[in-house]
Order: sequence, then structure tokens, then C-alpha cells
Amino acid sequence: MILSEADISTLWLTLRLASVVTLILLLIGTPLAWWLSQTSSRLKAPISALVSLPLVLPPTVIGFYLLLAMGPNGWLGQLTQSIGLGTLPFTFWGLVVASVFYSLPFVVQPIQNAMEAMGSRPLEVAATLRAGPVDRFFTVTLPLARPGFLTAAVLGFAHTLGEFGVVLMIGGNIPNETRVVSVQIYDHVESLNYAQAHSLAGLMVATSFVILLTLYLLQARGKAVPSLVGSKR
Amino acid sequence: MSLRPILTMLLLSIASASQAEQVYVAVAANFSAPMKQLAELFEQQTGHQVHISAGASGKLFAQIQQGAPFQLFFSADQTKPATLESLGLTVPDSRFTYAIGTLALWTPTPGLEMTAATLKTAEFNHLALANPKLAPYGSAAIVVLDQLNLVRQTQRKWVMGENISQTYQFVSTGNAEFGFVSLSQILFNGKVKEGSVWVVPQHMYPEIRQDAVLLKSAAQHPAANDFLAFIRSADGAGVIQQYGYITPE
Amino acid sequence: MNNQIRVSCQLDRRTMAGSGFSLSADLTLPAEGITVIFGPSGCGKTTLLRCIAGLDLAEDAEIVVQDTIWQDHKRFLPVHQRKLGYVFQEASLLPHLTAGGNLRYAAKRSGKPQPELWDQVVNLLSLGTLLERKPDQLSGGERQRVALARALLSQPSLLLMDEPLASLDLPRKQEILPYLEQLRSAFKIPVIYVTHAMDEVTRLADYLVLMDQGEIQAAGPVEEVLSQPSLAAFFGDETSVVISGCIAQRDPQWGLMKVTFAGGDIWIKDTHQALGDSVRLRVLARDVSLSRSEDVDSTIQNRLRVSLVEISDTPDASTAMLRLKCGDVQILARVTQRAISSLDLKLGEQLWAQIKTAAVTY
Repeated sequence: MILSEADISTLWLTLRLASVVTLILLLIGTPLAWWLSQTSSRLKAPISALVSLPLVLPPTVIGFYLLLAMGPNGWLGQLTQSIGLGTLPFTFWGLVVASVFYSLPFVVQPIQNAMEAMGSRPLEVAATLRAGPVDRFFTVTLPLARPGFLTAAVLGFAHTLGEFGVVLMIGGNIPNETRVVSVQIYDHVESLNYAQAHSLAGLMVATSFVILLTLYLLQARGKAVPSLVGSKR
Repeated sequence: MSLRPILTMLLLSIASASQAEQVYVAVAANFSAPMKQLAELFEQQTGHQVHISAGASGKLFAQIQQGAPFQLFFSADQTKPATLESLGLTVPDSRFTYAIGTLALWTPTPGLEMTAATLKTAEFNHLALANPKLAPYGSAAIVVLDQLNLVRQTQRKWVMGENISQTYQFVSTGNAEFGFVSLSQILFNGKVKEGSVWVVPQHMYPEIRQDAVLLKSAAQHPAANDFLAFIRSADGAGVIQQYGYITPE
Repeated sequence: MNNQIRVSCQLDRRTMAGSGFSLSADLTLPAEGITVIFGPSGCGKTTLLRCIAGLDLAEDAEIVVQDTIWQDHKRFLPVHQRKLGYVFQEASLLPHLTAGGNLRYAAKRSGKPQPELWDQVVNLLSLGTLLERKPDQLSGGERQRVALARALLSQPSLLLMDEPLASLDLPRKQEILPYLEQLRSAFKIPVIYVTHAMDEVTRLADYLVLMDQGEIQAAGPVEEVLSQPSLAAFFGDETSVVISGCIAQRDPQWGLMKVTFAGGDIWIKDTHQALGDSVRLRVLARDVSLSRSEDVDSTIQNRLRVSLVEISDTPDASTAMLRLKCGDVQILARVTQRAISSLDLKLGEQLWAQIKTAAVTY
């Protein structure tokens, strides 16, 4: 396997990006999934659709609109400039924002499913035992939806690892800042450097496979979502 | 009215339909606009149909290598057609330069007096250029910057597009203030569409020669040869020049 | 302190298509003993209970437990701020916690955990050996005992139970019932208990609320409600009265014991409870027969001197329901119209009521 120093730095950058994005996704995705699983608001359907958009939109469409939105004349760009952050395209944090949006459904949906599978009964039980909403969330929802969180974290991480189209549109291919593995592979392929492309691409395939295999093994071992004992027997 | 003229017309139309051939063309993204116009003119003149697949040259190259059913390949560079030729995937001696690209430093801000000194004096955060490893316009831009002694000064501000269209996008969306693009991208009917431009003099960078090649499968398709001939004709050259390319003598 | 529970609750979930249901209840219940809400499935009794708890939201409701307002036209105290205990139909233990973990979850949030209470509850419900087990390692009956203990450990001022025995088979039910009976004497917590099983009414109820189609049909002390012949249609074949008494004598030779009540004595099968213990007997109307003179030759040994106070029709045209007074206690007897006619029974007449020992359930 031939990996140049540049290849290795793209690997580190990609891992850093995926880790940061996964963390942020869990922080944002959890309350969002919680709200979606509980609400009967009219906004539920449009918000769900919005969250799921990245599943069906080509990454280039998302990338293009993010490029416009985060640019100096876009609303997001105006916002980041007004709070002194400059503009986000061509920066690591720009990639983070784009990836968070792009991988959101992969994190929200498993968590939401786990919370919905849990049903309302455990929360009712906890409420009758004087547990307030926050208390209920930490002592009932979190432990019972744990498999959903695991799936969400793994999918969010793996999906960010493999992200390409969006990065291509807003990254600008800057070493140690926005040049992630998938872009590097693309460059190798485009410059007919197939051997190096193979090394990196093979590594991506292997890594992604191992991550997903781990997830499915964990899922097979533990119960999917523990049902409230007594309710479904 | 007798039946004969109608029958004749019918027969003629069947004959011409059977003569109408399908031409499959792979073209580098930067040349897709002139190619569309060339194809239209050619279709009007001959009744053949031209199908255009535009994309990154590298991708098209890989597809051709894997047996994609193109008859013509218009690359953004010279290496890829040459490589295909050495691999024996082309009709011998069919390779030729169809256009020479012109490099331009462009900003969407209108009314700027732009010269070689602009990059030295102007304030900006990002300078867009095509990835020099992948696009000849990118390596040409690096040569120009080097001649202007600006490589070190500007390097931290470079943002690289994977191809020349992406580079154009970075600038047109305002994310990069300046960018080295292809003159063909900012010309419309021979005029600059918007913003301000400095057309980099040809002597400052090696010629960006874009080569085309007739692929092996074209041997049985006379229409592909006809299309190539049309592009090399004076009519064809006129179209190409309108888009800011230079045509070889 | 106001010793009552006010429950007024109006709820309309009828749809335009005519499905759904509505609920209308206005009750003042005693804040002591066990109030049973009895009615057929779908009559709205569970919804009423959930509205009392705050689990369901009734648009127009007034819930006042003793002096604490849980809900009125301007306030709605969220569930977790109501001092209540709730036992669901299925045990509903939190699956990620052990039995002990479930109990601690309640005790910790009860405001003032009391170690004595913990011991008392664990002993009363015989949970000592079960505390380390996960809910899925417990039987249905054991789970329901843990759920009951959990509710008690949250130190409620009102305990709500939604058909806690309905999901259990008969042996399991018999296993839990004694615990529920002990609850009454061991804890001074008022209980509202929802069921559609008549035997639970006669064993547990002090106060009875009858519900049908979202409306209250009758409410009052259990003896009073059950002895209204007009409700015969409601109970059908299960029409019965409850007689409270205490164990006065034991006949070990024949395995019987005598229960004395404010109207006489009844011999029943020995339950091996201590002399002096109070017991409640359920006497089904169809198990009571009448004669004008005391029939000493009969195999039926329980004979009570009664006076006939009311004759009313039943949905079955061939029978009638007779209300009899025996001291302060009322008994119902279901007899044929032909028997009434041939004996020419008249109101106010003194009769002998005969009750088979084997027919008396407790």
C-alpha cells in the first residue's frame, strides 16, 4: 500500500471531521428526534421532510445551495460575518456545517425510531413516580433508546467519512483544512494516478465495512430496543 | 393530386431517416457550450444526431478506457488523448488540437480596471483556481502567478476547484473574490457577461491546447468523421472563437 | 382537612362520523378506603382514571384531592407534581432497571424516603428475594407486586389502580388479591380502583361507582349500591350483595366458621383467619331462596329471618328481584314470578331466607 504524506494528512482530517460532526449531530439530533417522536404538531411532517431531504437530493444540489447560502451574499454568510466569523466555505468549520446538514437524517431517524418504539408508557410510568420532563429524559428515554443512539452515531460517522459531493462544492481542496479522503481519491483518479487511488479507496472500503459490521454485530447481540416488560407478552 | 409525389416523399424521408446516424461525443466540461452550438449546426446541415456527454476529462477518459460507446473525445488537455492513442484505443493519426484556451482573471465586481498588478494591490480573502494537478487552466494560473512573483504571497488564499467550472462557481457565488477561469466561461456572444476581467496575455503561460481524438468505434461511423471535419472547417472555427478560444492555424 | 376527593370531568372525543366517545362524571368520593369504578369494557372508566392522574387531558375538569387542587378551570398540575401512585394494567416496570431499581426510582422521588416504609412495603408484598431480578425474569404476578410496591413507595396521597389484575390468570389473581386487601388496613391511602370483574368489587370495594357509556350510573357505599334491585340489569347473573361481618366461631370438625353480622349469622367454609377478623361475604341473588316457615329439614343450613321490602322486575320476564331486610343488612333474592304468585308474597311479610353455605363466596 502506498500512502503519501498528503494522503495520510487527508485521512487524519477526515477522521477529525467525522468525529466533530458526529458529536454535533448527536447534540442537535437528539432534541430534534425527541420532538419529532413526541409531537403531534402540524409542523411535524414538514420538518421531517426537511430533515430527510439530504437522503434524496444529489449532494451537488445541497453543496450548491450551501455555497450560495454560506457565501458573502447568502443569509448564512451574512450571519457568520455579522458575528465576526467570516464566511464558511473553504474552511474546516464550513465542512462541519455542511456535513451536519447532510448527515442529519442518518442520525435523527434511528434515534426517533428508537424513541417511538419505546412508546409513551415508560414515560407515563416515570411521570406518575414524580419524574419531571428532564428527569424522564435522562433516566428513561436515554437508556431505553440507547441502541438507536449507537446506530445513529455509527451511521453519522460513516456517512461523513464517505461524503464527497458537498465537500467538493464548498471545500476548495485546501490541505489540512478541507482536503478530505474522498476528494483526494477523486484527484488521484482524475490525474490518472490509479495506484494511489486504489490504496486510499481500498482503505475507505475496508474502514466503512468494519464500522458497519461492528454496528450490525452489536445490534444482533443486544435487543433492538427493549420493550417495556409486561406490555408485549 | 396523384399518389406518386406523396410516395416519393415518403420514400425519401425513409431513406434520409436510415441515413441519419447517431454520433456520440464525450466532451470536457469547459467546451460543452460551444460543442452544443456546433452540434446544432451540424445536425441542421446533415440530419445526423449528435449526443453530447459533458464531464470531467479524467472521468470520461476512464469511461472510454472501460469501453464507453463514444466515437469522439474532446479532452481539456493533450495528455489524455495521447494516452488513449498509445493504448491503441483511437483511430490512428486522428488526434488534433481543436481549441486553445485563454486564461482570464475574473471578478464579478463590475467596473474594475484590471491589469497584471491587480492581484498585488487588491484586497481579497480567496483566489480561486483550478486544481493544477487536474486542469491545464490550473497549472497555467500557477505559471502566471509565478511570473508575477505572487505565488508565496497568495498561496494561503488559494481555493481550488476540481475543474474549471467549479472554479468559476466559487467566484460567481462571491465566495472567492477573484479567480483564474477560462475566458470561454465569461464570454457571451463575444462579450464579457458580467464583472471585470484581465485577459492574461498568451505569452505568460504555456498554451492550453485541448485535443480531440476519433475513437476506434468511429471507424464504422462516417458521420463521426463528418462531424470532426465540420469542427475543423471555417464555420466550426468561427463558433469556437466566439467562445473565447483560439483555433490553431 | 377536607376528607373528600372531588372528581368532575367532562370530555368529548366524539368525531363528526359518530365514533369516539364522551365522558361525563361528577363525583365526590371518600378520601379513605377503596373506591371501585366498575363498568363494562369501553365504558370510559380507564379514561376517567387517566384524567384524574393527569395522563389524559380533560378540557373541562375539576380534580381536588382533599385540599390540593390538581386541576380546575385555570390550573393543570402536571402528572409528576401530583402526589399519586398509579398501577397500570400491565405491570409497566421500567425494563432497564431491576425490581429493586424500580422501587428505588420511586423512593428517591417521593420527597422524603423512609427506610421503615421500604422494609414495610418489601415485607408486605414479599419482595425480599426478587429485588435483584430484571423485570423479564419475573412472573406476571411478581411484576404486578413490584409495581404496587413501587406505587406505595412514592408515598402517594391517592393510589390509582387501572385493572391491575386483568392481565393475570386466575391463580395469579388469587395470589395478589390478599395483598390488595391488606393494603386497606396497612396503609391509610385512599384508592381508586378500576375493574370490570365483579369478584374484585365484592372483595375490595368500600365505595362503588358504576359506569356505563361514559356516564355515572350509580355511586355510593358498596352495600347500598349493590342492594338496589333496579341495578339488576346492570349486573345480570352476577347480582349480589356484600355483607361485612366478623369471624365469631370455628367448627374444625366440619371445616366451617361462623360469620356474625348486623342481622344474623352465616356459616361459611373456614378461611383460617383469626377469630374476630373482619370478613366480607358475597351473596349472589340467584343463590338465595325463600320460604314462609323455617324449613329445619333442609340441607340449607343458613337461614335468616328477613322482611320483604321490595319486589321489582328483572329484564327476564319470568323472574323478579326481591329486596329483603335482615336487621340492618339488605339481601337480594332472585326468584320466579310464578313462585311469588303461588306463595302470594306481600310486601312487609316476614320470611326465611335460605343461603347455601357452598354458594357464599368471600
